[in-house]
Amino acid sequence: MTKKLVVIGAGMASGRALEQLFDAAPGEYDVTLFNAEPRGNYDRIMLSPVLAGDKTYEDIVIHDSAWYEEKGVTCRFGEKVVAIDRDAKTVTAANGDVLPYDKLLFGTGSNPFIIPLPGHDLEGVIAYRDLEDTERMMSMGPDNKVVVIGGGLLGLEAAAGMAARGADVTVVHIMGHLMERQLDEAAGYLLRKALMDKGITVKCSANSKEILGKDGHVRALLLDDGTELPCDLLVMAVGIRPNVALAAEAGLAVGKGIHVDDQMVTSDADILAVGECVEHNGAIFGLVAPLYDQAKVVAKTLLGEEAQYVQKELSTKLKVTGCDLFSAGDFAEGEGREDIVFRDPSRGVYRRLVIENNVVVGAVMYGDTADSNWFFGLIRDKTDISDMRETLIFGPAFQGGAQMDPLAAVAALPRDAEICGCNGVCKGDIEDAIAAGSTDLAAIRATTKASGSCGTCTGLVEQVLAVTLGDDFVIPTSQSICACTDMTHEDVRRMIKSQELKSMAAVWQECGWKTPCGCHVCRPALNFYLLADWPLEYQDDPQSRFINERKHANIQKDGTFSVVPRMWGGITTPNELRAIADAADKYKVPTVKVTGGQRIDLLGVKGEDLPAIWADLNAAGMVSGHAYSKGLRTVKTCVGTDHCRFGTQDSTGLGIKLEKALWGSWTPHKVKLAVSGCPRNCAEATCKDVGVICVDSGYQVSVGGAAGMDVKETERLVDVHSEQEAIDVTVAFVQLYREHAKYLDRPYKFIAKVGLDWVKERVVDDLEERKALIERFELSQSIYRKDPWAQHVQDKAQTYQPLADLALEAAE
Amino acid sequence: MTNWIDIAALDDIPRRGARVVKTRQGCVAVFRTAEDEVYALDNACPHKAGPLAEGIVHGSSVTCPLHNWVISLETGQAQGADEGQVQTYPASVENGRILLDAAFLRTRQVAAE
Ligand code: SRM
Ligand SMILES: Cc1cc2nc3c(=O)[nH]c(=O)nc-3n(C[C@H](O)[C@H](O)[C@H](O)COP(=O)(O)OP(=O)(O)OC[C@H]3O[C@@H](n4cnc5c(N)ncnc54)[C@H](O)[C@@H]3O)c2cc1C
Ligand code: SF4
Ligand code: FES
Repeated sequence: MTKKLVVIGAGMASGRALEQLFDAAPGEYDVTLFNAEPRGNYDRIMLSPVLAGDKTYEDIVIHDSAWYEEKGVTCRFGEKVVAIDRDAKTVTAANGDVLPYDKLLFGTGSNPFIIPLPGHDLEGVIAYRDLEDTERMMSMGPDNKVVVIGGGLLGLEAAAGMAARGADVTVVHIMGHLMERQLDEAAGYLLRKALMDKGITVKCSANSKEILGKDGHVRALLLDDGTELPCDLLVMAVGIRPNVALAAEAGLAVGKGIHVDDQMVTSDADILAVGECVEHNGAIFGLVAPLYDQAKVVAKTLLGEEAQYVQKELSTKLKVTGCDLFSAGDFAEGEGREDIVFRDPSRGVYRRLVIENNVVVGAVMYGDTADSNWFFGLIRDKTDISDMRETLIFGPAFQGGAQMDPLAAVAALPRDAEICGCNGVCKGDIEDAIAAGSTDLAAIRATTKASGSCGTCTGLVEQVLAVTLGDDFVIPTSQSICACTDMTHEDVRRMIKSQELKSMAAVWQECGWKTPCGCHVCRPALNFYLLADWPLEYQDDPQSRFINERKHANIQKDGTFSVVPRMWGGITTPNELRAIADAADKYKVPTVKVTGGQRIDLLGVKGEDLPAIWADLNAAGMVSGHAYSKGLRTVKTCVGTDHCRFGTQDSTGLGIKLEKALWGSWTPHKVKLAVSGCPRNCAEATCKDVGVICVDSGYQVSVGGAAGMDVKETERLVDVHSEQEAIDVTVAFVQLYREHAKYLDRPYKFIAKVGLDWVKERVVDDLEERKALIERFELSQSIYRKDPWAQHVQDKAQTYQPLADLALEAAE
Repeated sequence: MTNWIDIAALDDIPRRGARVVKTRQGCVAVFRTAEDEVYALDNACPHKAGPLAEGIVHGSSVTCPLHNWVISLETGQAQGADEGQVQTYPASVENGRILLDAAFLRTRQVAAE
């Protein structure tokens, strides 16, 4: 007698299971197939090509009515199963029909997750799961704005599809980079770039707050930071949840999904489940490959045959034209793991392999995925790669061949990339000069002026020569930042400016970094370059800072910290001193010292106490002294006209004004100033980074002094008449230093490289440039002239505490 | 046998960062890499006991904040020319929570006593 099989859900998984069942034993079961969607099994994956206009719905139908008829399937499409009676072995359909079963198969798939933001139930807020959603998106054209929440596979396919139809699409993603579960930062950066080229706006690290509506219809998405993104349609593609409600109501064992064993049988021996609705060994599923494996097993189980479902490695590709990416296996850094990274900035290629015990365990590729199957095979088969390790990353064709090219980054630059910032010379100009016969650095300098001024682009000019002339030009060796890159500090700084690189991942990719995420040497330097050149766009990365700058205090040899509040120009008050004394008592500070910088140091404060002591000092009106920073430290002053019989100008007042203008700014190395009231120079201004000596006629501003590892007297930059000019020249000089110096060069080293005349031209002679420098400094200060202590007390106090305290528990 | 204890949420530690867990025998540093792996090590550099939790995390290593020794988070071994090793402890992440092995932490305590 034929047995009755009722199937709930006509999706891709149950569809494949039925095919297997009918192939192996036609007529064994009498099948009734319910589907909530008003249609049978179609290729859900291909909804994206349908959306993009590359396919139609008819192209993606898997089982048409002829197929169901031939197999004798009773189709109840557009009908839901609403209840199951396991004792009676019946299902109840939405219209009340009760049907008996011998075996019941769940293939209910999953539901898109909708973040319960205020406004999520407005008209025009949809998910991306079925044909209806797709048709809704297809109605969006050039006059429409769309916001997609979610920068994963689905969200990006939705975004690209609508953008292809001309809609104005913005993707909002909560994480720092796109597709973070499949891609690392570098590949995420390349993907973002490719999507932006398609006209899609991508916002990462963006938190959605509320969906705004008008007359019941979505109007805009509001982000945490107050940004409003207007939209006619809002697509949420933030993940899926196995559809388990019916199974749970029927009393089946359910966790994240419907629990199944290796035979795909649920906790009820007559009920099976397959597809995205199941949970197997703690795992749930979202790609078809594993579902098809499950379908084979479930068909065999239904026929009483032996079969076992085993989870396998998975790989991911994105179905967006022009974005070739691939990721497979596990690419997390881990126990005994090692990375091989290859980047070709000229082709926008990134490849990374993760190796463990001579076996490839993970792979991420962007740009050139031709070899992805070969790598996937190595992962799946756990092939021993020890023999091909050296050349592995180049793929099967290159075994024994190619080498990394240290010139790739420069070769990749377009002709209009500016190489020499001082003289505005582009790569194309240099190439033309070479073609016209200038074949060495001196000739290039003479004909184009490139590298003829501050000289920091010399390395890049030489590399353009090498790329253009090949073996005929030998680059003098210069020191790269660290082992992560072949480029020097100067090269990388120019690349950041001329190629508008605004994130660490962008620098790593476009400059061909050899490690996945840099090291303790390059990261702090890159962090500074990025924040100095793109103060508004780049977000400071505390994790790329040395501990002192991350915790805004100086670490001591025993792991405690020192706390130095600012004393503007060395001036303090009894109240401030009382607050410092109280803090020293309250936090049991072992040492209180007067520093060489005219202020007071509280040494030996416990890390956990930092936010509290800062809050106390803040309450008395004091802010961080940045005694720990590559930034403005102190402005020493003498008493000047206020008290001294020789004082010529208000040196204390000017010192305070300078400190208030400059504090909080980050610089390549620390910056110290002093203002003395007369040439007796009690503030030791002539050995500071910038020193001002007041004289009867005005102010002598000098720069480039040193009194640390080297001792050096400052050189005169300019004599000015007014206090404001003294401040302007100083600020402009500091900004010039911020924009051009190598990380960890004090100003005297910077000046030695570019020459004092070059500095004077910009800061003293060219008033337009002076003004522009000051404006750029002020723009940066609009972000950074804030007390980091107060900010940390407010937002980060918790991070100064231990993660957990097990001292008590361990004592038990 | 492992006896996992729930310490905190993974997001309580920034990517490429660390926080400490206090025990009676001093602190254990818990690291989170860029790829969301977690590691637990004694918070004391083999050189001069520098607090490793305050270092810069890169790849699966940390650079000690005091004198720049680079320590492998996986093995606790000092890298390059430097020699020395820090004790490591089992750590894992499940459902966004960081788990440490209580039994191990206790052994550590006994060993230290
Ligand atoms: C606290 C203080 C010594 C004191 O007790 O007076 C001090 C303490 C340190 N100095 Fe200094 N310097 C201090 C004034 C100076 C001065 C004098 C001055 O500022 O007038 C100099 C010479 C002037 C100069 O900067 O050129 C000075 C030249 C240095 C140098 C060498 C810099 C150079 O370019 O040659 C370093 C090393 C470095 O920065 O790389 C350094 C580094 C350090 C560090 C941060 C060492 C470190 O990295 O841990 C010390 C931190 C101690 C701690 O644990 O808190 N310190 N240091 C002074 C703080 C001044 C302030 O109020 O902010
Ligand atoms: C746009 C898009 C692109 C994708 N791209 C890829 C890709 O590139 N690669 C890849 O591997 N995977 C991709 N996927 C995922 C893949 O489509 C799914 O993994 C697969 O379709 C799941 O199959 P399923 O049979 O488990 O569930 P579904 O195909 O979701 O089928 C479940 C069916 O059950 C019905 N149902 C639910 N409850 C009931 C009930 N009570 N009564 C009756 N019927 C019910 C539902 O209406 C639904 O039709 C993509 C998915 C989408 C949405
Ligand atoms: S001179 Fe400066 S760096 Fe050297 S021990 Fe003294 S405070 Fe420390
Ligand atoms: S204590 Fe760690 S390097 Fe010295």
